[in-house]
Order: sequence, then structure tokens, then C-alpha cells
Amino acid sequence: MGQLIHRYRAAIPWLLMLPGLAWLAVFFVVPNVQMLLFSLSEGTLLTGFTTPPDTWSFDNFPGAVTRYSGNFVNSIVYGGLATILCFLIGYPLAYGIAFRGGRYKSLLLFLVIAPFFTSFLIRTISWRIILGNDGPFLGIIRDVLGLVPDNFSVIGTPLAVVGGLTYEFLPFMVLPLYVSLEKVDRRLVEAAQDLYAGPWRRGGAITGALLGGFLAVALQVGLGYSQFVGETATPGLVALAALVGATAGGLVGASMVSQAFLRVTLPLSLPGVFAGSILTFIPSIGDYVNAHLLGSPKTQMIGNVIQGRFLEQNDYPTAAALAFILMAAILVAIFVYARVLGTEELSGGRA
Amino acid sequence: MPDVDVRLSKVAKTYGDVVAVDYIDLEVHPGEFFSLLGPSGCGKTTTLRMIGGFEQPTSGLIELQGQDVTWLAPYQRNVNTVFQNYALFPHLTVFENVAFGLRRRGVKGDDVKTRVADMLRLVQLEGFDRRKPTQISGGQAQRVALARALINRPAVLLLDEPLGALDLKLRKQMQVELKRIQQEVGITFIYVTHDQEEAMTMSDRIAVMNKGHYEQLADPETLYERPTTRFVAGFLGISNLLNGRGDGTADAYALVRLADDTMVRVPRGSVTGSGAVQLGVRPEKIRLHDPGATTPERHNRLAGTVRDASYMGVSTQYQVEIAGGARVTVYEQNVERATRSELWAPGEQVQLTWSPDHTFVITDPTPAADEAAE
Repeated sequence: MGQLIHRYRAAIPWLLMLPGLAWLAVFFVVPNVQMLLFSLSEGTLLTGFTTPPDTWSFDNFPGAVTRYSGNFVNSIVYGGLATILCFLIGYPLAYGIAFRGGRYKSLLLFLVIAPFFTSFLIRTISWRIILGNDGPFLGIIRDVLGLVPDNFSVIGTPLAVVGGLTYEFLPFMVLPLYVSLEKVDRRLVEAAQDLYAGPWRRGGAITGALLGGFLAVALQVGLGYSQFVGETATPGLVALAALVGATAGGLVGASMVSQAFLRVTLPLSLPGVFAGSILTFIPSIGDYVNAHLLGSPKTQMIGNVIQGRFLEQNDYPTAAALAFILMAAILVAIFVYARVLGTEELSGGRA
Repeated sequence: MPDVDVRLSKVAKTYGDVVAVDYIDLEVHPGEFFSLLGPSGCGKTTTLRMIGGFEQPTSGLIELQGQDVTWLAPYQRNVNTVFQNYALFPHLTVFENVAFGLRRRGVKGDDVKTRVADMLRLVQLEGFDRRKPTQISGGQAQRVALARALINRPAVLLLDEPLGALDLKLRKQMQVELKRIQQEVGITFIYVTHDQEEAMTMSDRIAVMNKGHYEQLADPETLYERPTTRFVAGFLGISNLLNGRGDGTADAYALVRLADDTMVRVPRGSVTGSGAVQLGVRPEKIRLHDPGATTPERHNRLAGTVRDASYMGVSTQYQVEIAGGARVTVYEQNVERATRSELWAPGEQVQLTWSPDHTFVITDPTPAADEAAE
């Protein structure tokens, strides 16, 4: 009897997991198996589909990659840039709330998630209006200030898409970062200062300049590679971007980054960086709303193709194959990322 | 080498209306084991943090080996701190924790290795260099924190209740260890604690702090044998305090007349005039005798009634009521009367005697409410 009770107790955690596991089995595993079958099928909605085991149409996969490689590149570049921008904007924000928020912490966090109270579709459409050719943004910088030529537009450019993605997913970056920064024991920072961790002028300037320059070039090339008001990335523009980025990065690095931050706070917040960038990168790489509403045919991401193949062309096999390729690519990327960030943590930030 | 390592001149720290540190003057000598002892909220940790550079004083001056460091950041001062909960870097190995200060100061390669190895040997942690702070015990973490601070060869080492998180046995062991290490490295230690026994065991000098200032600064023996304030008499051990007035001199002693007109001898010079004083005597200095027994000549003598006896193994603690109703605590070693039946029983009449030399006098009685124990 006692043994029976003991066994029952040991089983309790599993019993508690049962509803969740059942949910995943029904709503994650089953649809994915269905998709996998579609991805190996052939035919159309009109003629009917032939599915495994009657056919094993593995050609769908290489076919989809070659036809839509440009859209894959768009997705990775836009999603990657949006993630980096979210990090650059989100880290100082999360740091400020966690370390300096004081009694306003809850209010500030509420403001971070406040946009969620409105449908993201509505918000994205609003941006379309704000950034549109007749909208207030261009109204000011084009008509009032005359900073840009008359044929200048923001909507339809990669910049608008990346901007939309950054705006959309910033809270997903800020919240995990805040959680991990909030957990950093302030006494550790004091201990680092006690152990001669002072300002990080030279190192900060050099590192900041390198990172700033690299980022500016990446933005310039990444956004210009398809089309940016008709201009691709010319050597002159790249050099200018590098110069501006390096200067800004150098100034920030030299003036705002301390050794205590570099050696203690940053390494201890890496779990938040990891979680935040994954939560930002995965949805933004698969997003199609921003590219659809803020972009142009040339800025279509892989999500737009999948959506179009499924719902407009009813080409289920290609759409399913694309979805699986995207999933596999994301899984591989996360695995590599986890390894890189994980080993850095283990090596203990050696000088 | 200047004869003062740390000097605080009129240092004060206020938070809004709250006075944490109330115009302290302090001098700590080179090589000294100096303790700041007091109950929580007495300002001892704030004082330490100001020396470490984590807080800036509201007013006053802090000098380190003759140099004004009042406004210097922690990383610009040649002092290191052992923090209350160690504050070891959880993402770094024991080796990298200890090497942290050296690396920040640009020491490289083999030099780092040798010095970390030496330091781990000093704190008896050889072979632990690759562990993470989560993989070692509290006592070991304590040693790592010590090594991490000492390796920088600071002018002064600050220790903020470093043994507070350890269990009693380990604490006793670390007290001895700390003293040994301090003598071995010859660095000035400033030690903050609320544990009077800890401070007494290790310190060369102790400043007993209360309400933002120190009440008495002396070596442990003087603090125990000659406390000058009620607070110090109550905070370090147990004291019996009796009210009286100065009343002339006799032989080599000054005389104090107690409330019931009993005359008591106290060391000469401790009482002048005929003002109100409190005299004190430690429980273990008092001996109990039968009412008719002959007592040592010139010892102070009071008559009393035993009210309570608690057998504690090594000794017995008595509560004796004296004339006027005051109660006196007496510790008697269980040597002559060793079994329960031989002890004084409640209700018995006794004589209390003690040497005049063991009497201390408090001329500046502060209100009784201040008498905080741990």
C-alpha cells in the first residue's frame, strides 16, 4: 500500500504535464505531420493531391529553394537586421529600467508592452499611413524641411520593412533582457569596481568603433542590396556608413561602457540576450505582415511566399516544403547560436 | 611609512533626515586588526563603505596613507573589500575570480598564474582553481573572497561581516585563520561585525559603535574591564550596574556610596567629586559566601538573597537580590560546589564580594533604553 502511494506520488508531475502534452500532440504534432505529408505530395487543388505513400515527391524541396532563394535571403537579412536593431535599442532600455528604474520599474515595463493592447495589424497599417507618401513623416522631412527629393519614399523600401519588424518585436527583446539584468546582483558590480574595474576608454572606443562600423555597413548593404530608392550600396555610401557608424560606436563605447559592465553585467545577462534574440529572430524571419503592408514586391519575405502559395495559388506542396525548410533553417541557426553563446559563458570571459 | 593608514576626519553621512554616520574621527594604524563593532543600524557598514568608496560622505575627509581619497572611485583606491555575502562572480572560475583584480591592472600571463597559485595556497584552496563559485562550500567561498581581495596587496583590507553566513564551528575556525593570514601578510584589516566575541578574539583595537558614532575605542581588554558607557558595558558581555555617588577616598581607592548607604571601593581616579555615577562589575568577578563567613579584606561586600540559580554545566548563573531590590547576576565556576545539591538555593542569604580593582565606573549614564544586546 505504502509503495503504491509512493509510486503514485512519483507519477504526479507526469500527470500534471498530461494536459500540456496532449495539447502539443494534437495541435503541434498532428498538423506538422499533415504538413510533412503535403510537402511530399503533388497535384493541385483542382486536380486533387496525391499524397504519400502513393507518391514521394522529394523534388519539392530543392525546387522551392531555387525558386525562392531571394525571398529566403530577404527573410534572413531583414530578420537578422531587425534582431540586431532590437538588441541595440532594447539593451540600453532594459538596462535603464532594471538598474535605474527605481519605483517606476512597473510603469516602464507596462509602457514597453502597452502596444500589445492594440492589434499589431492595426499598428502596422498605422505605420503605413504615417510613413506613406502623403503621410506626416514625409510631410515634414520632404515638404516642410526639404531634406529629401520629391520622389523619395519610405514605404516599399527594405528600410520600412526592417523598421516595422524592429518596432513589432522590440518588446520580445526587452522583456527577457530585463529579467536577466534585474537578476544581476548589484554587489557583484561593486565587487568588480572594488577590484579595479574602471572605465573602459581605449577598449570601449576600439570595440565600439568596430561594431558601429560593421553594423552601419551591414545595414547599408543589407538594405541596399535589393533596392533603396533605386540606389544600391555604392562604395561611397558604404564608406560613409562605416565612418558614421564607427564614430558613433566609438563615442558610445568610450564614454558609456565600463569594465565592470563588460566583465560582470554583460556576461551575466547573456541568458537574456539569448532568449531575447531568439524570441525576436524567429517571429521576424517568418513574418509576412510587415513586408506585405510596408514593403514592395521586391521586399517579399519567405513568409509572404508561403502565405501566397497556400492561400492564393493553393499550391500546398510547395508551401509546405517552404515552411519545413524555414523551420529547419531556424533550428540550425538556433543550435549554432546556442553553442557559440554557451561556450563563451563557459570559458568565463577570459581577458 | 606614515603611522596612520586610514584617517577619518569629521566624517558624516546622512540619507535625507536619517543620520547614518555622525561626525566620526578615526585613525587606524598600519598592520592593525581594527574592528567596528555595533548592533545593526549603528553605521558601521556605512563607515566601511565610505572607506571603500561605495558611498561618498555628506561631509568630512577620508585619508588613505596620507592621501585624500574622499571623492575617489573604488577602483582608484588602494583598498579591497571582502563583501558580506562574498559577491563572487558566478560566471568565473575560482582562478578567474582571484585573478580579476590583477587582470584589471594589466598583470599578464605567468605572473598572474604564480600569484593566484600563491594566494590559493595561503587560503588553503590549492586544486580548486577550476571550480565555479556554485561548486564550493560557504567556507571555501569565504576563502576565495579573501584571496580575491588580498592578491591585490591593498594598503587596507575591508571586511564586512565576512563570517556572518557561516555556521558556528566554521566561524570559530575562520576567526583563527583570518588572524593568522593577517599576521602573515601584514596588511591593515578593518573588520565590521555585530558579534562581540568575534571582535574580541581577533582585534587589536575595537571601536564600539552606536547610533552613528563610536562610544569607546580601545583594545579588547580595556573595553571589557573598563567600559566607559552603559552601552559598551551592556554590549560586550553582561554587566551589573549599581547607582551611587562619589564620596571621598580611602587607602588607594575612591569611595562610592550606593543607594542603601553601603560604601564601595573603586579604582582611584575613576570617580571625582560627588556626582551621580554608575559602577559596574562583571558577573564572573563576584564571589558568593555564607552570611557569617570571613571575606577577603578590602574587597567590596554586599548582602543579598539568592533568587534564582541556573546550572549551566561549566558554571552556575545566580540572580541575587541586594538591598534596594536590584538584581545582580553572578557566575560561579562549578569547582567547589560541583553538584546540584551543593549549589546555593533560591532563598538563601549570601554575601557578595569582589575586588575593587574589578570595579568600573560609568560617569556618563545614557538612558537605559540604549542598552541593546545582539
